[in-house]
This record gives sequence, structure tokens and C-alpha cells, in this order.
Amino acid sequence: MARAGITEGSYLSAEPGRGWLSSWLLTTDHKRIGILYLFSILSFFSVGVVFGFLMRLELIARGPTIMEAATYNSFFTLHGVIMLFLFLIPVVPAVFGNFLLPIMIGARDVAFPRLNLLSWYFYMAGAALAITTLIIGPADTGWTFYAPYSLRTGTSASLAVFAVFVLGISSILTGINFVTTVHRLRAPGMTWFRLPLFVWATYATAWIQIIATPILGVNLLLVIAERLFGIGVFDPAKGGDPILYQHLFWIYSHPAVYIMVLPAMGAVSEIVPVFARRVIFGYKAIAYSSIGIAALGSLVWGHHMFVSGYSYTAAVYFSLFTFFVAIPSAIKVYNWVGSLYKGSIVMDTPFYYALAFIFLFSIGGLSGLILGALSVNVHLHDTYFVVAHFHYIKFGGAAFGFFAALHYWFPKISGRMYNRRVANWALLFLFSGFNTLFFPMFVLGFEGMPRRYFDYLPQYADLQHLSIVGSWILVAALFTMIGNLVVAAYRGKIAPANPWGARTLEWQIPSPPPKENFEQIPEVTRGPYDFREGV
Amino acid sequence: MNGTQSAHSHRDYTGSKIGMWLFLFTEFFLFFGPILLYSIFRFRYPQAFIEASRALDTGVGVFNTVLLLTSSLTMALAITAMQKNKKGLTLILLGATVLAGAVFLVNKYFEWGAKISHGVYPGGEALAGNTDGGAIFYGLYFFATGLHGIHVLAGMCIIIVAALMVHEGRINSKDFVKLENSGLYWHLVDVIWIYLFPIFYLIR
Repeated sequence: MARAGITEGSYLSAEPGRGWLSSWLLTTDHKRIGILYLFSILSFFSVGVVFGFLMRLELIARGPTIMEAATYNSFFTLHGVIMLFLFLIPVVPAVFGNFLLPIMIGARDVAFPRLNLLSWYFYMAGAALAITTLIIGPADTGWTFYAPYSLRTGTSASLAVFAVFVLGISSILTGINFVTTVHRLRAPGMTWFRLPLFVWATYATAWIQIIATPILGVNLLLVIAERLFGIGVFDPAKGGDPILYQHLFWIYSHPAVYIMVLPAMGAVSEIVPVFARRVIFGYKAIAYSSIGIAALGSLVWGHHMFVSGYSYTAAVYFSLFTFFVAIPSAIKVYNWVGSLYKGSIVMDTPFYYALAFIFLFSIGGLSGLILGALSVNVHLHDTYFVVAHFHYIKFGGAAFGFFAALHYWFPKISGRMYNRRVANWALLFLFSGFNTLFFPMFVLGFEGMPRRYFDYLPQYADLQHLSIVGSWILVAALFTMIGNLVVAAYRGKIAPANPWGARTLEWQIPSPPPKENFEQIPEVTRGPYDFREGV
Repeated sequence: MNGTQSAHSHRDYTGSKIGMWLFLFTEFFLFFGPILLYSIFRFRYPQAFIEASRALDTGVGVFNTVLLLTSSLTMALAITAMQKNKKGLTLILLGATVLAGAVFLVNKYFEWGAKISHGVYPGGEALAGNTDGGAIFYGLYFFATGLHGIHVLAGMCIIIVAALMVHEGRINSKDFVKLENSGLYWHLVDVIWIYLFPIFYLIR
């Protein structure tokens, strides 16, 4: 085996007394579980991309082209459920949090290794249920499952809702595991303010997962109970109130946006100082702003409901807090950019990806402020402007952050280096494809194109076509990017232990990391971004 | 100091407790949903909620409350007995706890059965066409007590597993955190009932 050379003694080498399959499916090693997540999540991501691609393609001409309206409804539901619950919510915490968090704090594993594996099985069970609905008749409610339509639709909404419930269990267990790990397993000398910022971000995310997910869980159970028994709480015909569903849904689902983007921000906070070769600007500000985003982000859910007819006083309050939540986000952006000042910047692939993240996230964040203003929101609500906004946050932010993390930690995880020229070109096309796809949607939304329609008026045709061409570029770039990494995993050059010259603990051990990470638990004597010579 | 210790033989008493408490928080938040809905609808339909509540049998509710509180006592005693290394007594006390849980569920079965036989259930004839809040009260009643019942059942299973581990000696007077965590879960089931009992049976 060609690989045996670099994997010997590493977490990738065979486990004595276990077959290949059981060494993966029964593993309690946080690194192997991270890899399990990586492969499963990427598979579901590709399915989600296919749905998104086909939805765009349907709009290539007016009227039904490649699918009927009902199919289009199922497609945007599945695209949303898969991308949010199977890809974005778990991706960075479950893959990189699992792989790196214990190493970064100087531990041999997470606090509850077996629970960690159980989380993966819950994830797979939820995913299996979601895919089953695909076969027996996918839900057509949109990923938000709004009552009262979700109570009445004849499609398999109950099963789809239950799938999301099971995925929630997985998310909660991962959150509990990470919080306990950070509190209990830090190496001697690893004080809170010597934690890498990725750990801070994952820690803040874990708290949101613990606090917010159960509310979504019980809300989904209520929808199932409504569908099976008709308990009436969301049903106006029985004196219930569908607006309450929206409240309970967004109490979770708005913080969930931060579950998606915070860990990606954490990854960017790792990459920026390493390639600027200087200590990160405002370490404490970035660390606290993660907690600030987690806290404030839990108080703004009502901005999804400005036109639902709920209390005007509440709307003013939610609008105000929506503006507040921009503050910790902006603190992060300013600190990343500030870290570049007087740094000795090394331009390399992960850094380009991180810069793309900062740019796209800023557009997404600023367009969020436009939507957060009450009067403007009435005009833009449920238009393509919203679609463009959240894709800039979730794809441009969270997913680009994931790609940046993937290119940064790939040599550590696989022990091999990818072709950086191909990766850079892939990023260029990814970036231009993304903007061609989603920027026209801002304009379309402003001109009044409603979201989730499978048809459009003639005046929208030009921008729709531009956007569709963007989706082709984007998909081609994704193929190139992932293909490049797959090739590198088998044939890439052997990577040194610390190819980027980073100072955090995971780069101080061999690549790929040995089975229990450290021969000796390290004694930490310096901060994570201390680039002074000889320290 | 723990440099040579393997991750998998690693045992962290405080860590296990932190994990369990975090999990209990998520369970609290799970019940926060129906209790929040109850508060909102009670505010909206005060009269209908009072009338619907009058139809519930307070006697059975009180009996079930006493039963659960007693079972929490036997659970706590079981942990103390284990700490004092009295294995037989621990098993008896755990058995008493599970028994109390079972009697609770049997009571619940008859209580639900009586309501259902009178057509008082979501979709039942007694509530058909009711839009003044009575249907919502019973919708929430069945949902919340049903969800709680599932937790009682889960708690009983957990205690049975813990009892088996005590029997095998995997939980012993030196390593009893699993028993303590099972106890915490059982107390949670109890505490949730302490909230559900007054809002459905007592506030009139």
C-alpha cells in the first residue's frame, strides 16, 4: 500500500483485531468520527446541490420546462431541508469540531467518545428518514413547515418533520459533548484566553445547539401530534393559532443561522492570523463577540415574521435587536481585516478562501440590515432579495468558511497536500459563479420577484437567465474543487506536519495525527497566535 | 499527571455530571414549548380553560403526585445506599422506584381511558366544533401528559438498566455516577410533573 508509509501509527492505520468496516463504524476516535461526518455530509451536500441546480434550470423559460409546479415545491423543500439540517448545521462543528477541538485544547478525545459515535448514528438515521420521504412522496411545505399548510398537506410532512427531530437529537448530543469537553479536558496551561478562536466559536455554537434545538424539537412534535391527532394548538378551526408555530419555529431557527455561521467564522479566525503571520487583532473581542452573537441572536427571531400581523410593538423590538446583532458580527469582520494591518501576509490557498468568506459574509450581513428595517421589509418580504441575502450568509458565509477550513486543515487530516493552483482556480470560478448566481437575485427581489415561484413574468427573464448561468459555473467549480481534494487524498504530495507555519496545537503533532493525538499531554505556555521566533 | 492515561479508560466524575445536567436543561426546554402555549391560550381563553380543568379528577392527580414524589425519595435513598455499599438495599429501593412509575402510568391509563370514553380527546365527539379553547386545553393536556408519560417510561427503562448494572457490580460504591445520573433523570421526570400537575389540575 502506497498510503501505509504516511498513515503508519496515525489514526488512519488499521486497528488491531478489527476489520476495516468495523474500525470505522464502531470507532470512538473523534478523528475517525469527524471523517465519517465529512463523507456523509458531503454526500448529502451533493444531493442538495442537484436539487438547487434543477430548480434554477426549471426557470430557464417561463411555464413548466423540466418539471411541474408540485415537483418544484418538493424540490425547494428538499433543497432547504438537506442544505440546512443535513449540511450547514452539522458541517463545521461535526467535521472540524470533532476532528480538531480535542487536539486544539490538548486532549486525547472528547468527553464522551461513545456518545459522539451515537450522535453520528442519530445523524444518519435522520438523514435516512429525510431521504425516505423522497421516495414515498416528498413534503411540499418548504423547509419551514409553516402551519396551517403543513397540517393539511397530503405529502409525507410528518416523516420529514420527524427526520428533522432526529437530526436535532444528534445536534444536541454533539453540543453537550463539546461544552463538557472544553470545560473538562483542556491541557495544563490551556487557559480560556489561550484557546484558539475556533474553539471559542465551536463552544458558543454548542451552547446554542443545547438551548435552542429542544424548542424546535417540541414544535416539530406538536406538528406531528397535530397531523396525527389534531390537538388544535396551531389550527384556527379549533381555536388554535398558526402564528404561534412561527414563533416557536424561529426561536430555534434564527439562532440556527448562527449555529451555521459561527463555526465557519471560527475557522476564518484561525486562518487569518496564520497567513498574516501576526497575533490576531482583538482576540478577546472576537471571543466575546461569539458569545455575543449567540446571546443576541436568540432574541431576534421575530424579524422573520414582520408581515405576519403580530404585535407592532414586538416588531419594533425585534427590528432593533436585529440591528444590534450586526455589532458583534462587524466586530469580527473589523478584527479580521485589522489583523492584516502590518502583518507579513503570505498569500496561499486557504487565505484566499478566507478572504472570499469575509467579502461574501459582509454583503450578506449588510443586506440583512436592509431586511431588518421594518418598512423596507414589507416591500422585500418573501422576495428573491431574501433568497439572495440568506444565500450570501449561508453559502457565501457558512459554506465558503467550510471550504476555507477544508483547504486549511486538509494536509493535517489526510497527511497530503492538494494542488494549490487548481484549488485557487476553483475558488475563482466558485466566487464568480456564486455572485453571478445570487447577486441578480437582490435586483430581482427589489423589482418584486417572489421566492418559491416556479414561474415568472417576462420582465424578470434576463436576470433569471444570468442567475442560471451562474449556477452552471458554480456547479462546475464545486466539481473541480472537490475533485482536486479527492485526487490529493490519494496522490497528493506528502505534507509536512505544519505546512502553513501555524502555532496552534494541532499543527505541532504529525500529519495525519497519531491515534491518541499526543504522546504526552502538552503543557501550554503561550497563546495560539504567538508567532515570535523561539517562543 | 494524566499524560499516560488512555482516553477510553478516562473517567471524569464532574464531566459526567456536567453532561447530564446539560442534557436535563434540554429536556426542560422541550417542555417549555407546551407550557408556553398553555400560558398563551390560558390568557386568551380563561373561562374555557377553567371549565375544562374542572372536568379533570384532582384526586387522581394528587395521588399521582404523591406517588412520583415518593419514588424520587426511594431513588435518592437508593443512591445513598449504593454509596454505603448496601447492594441489596439499593436494588430493593430501585425496584420500588420503578414500581411507583408503573403505578403512575396505570393511573394515567385509566384517567385517559375515562376521558376518551366520554369523547373528550382531540377529534372526539365531545370536543367537535369547539373553538372557544376547550379543545385546545385537552389538546395540550394530552400532548403534555403524553410526552411526560413517555419520559416516565424512559426513566423506568434507565433505572432498570442501572439496577442490572448494580447487580453485575458495574455500578458500585466506588463508581456510582451512572446511578446518580439515572437518579437525576428520574428527578427531572418528577419536577416536570410538579409543573404539569398544577397547571392542568389546580389552577381554576
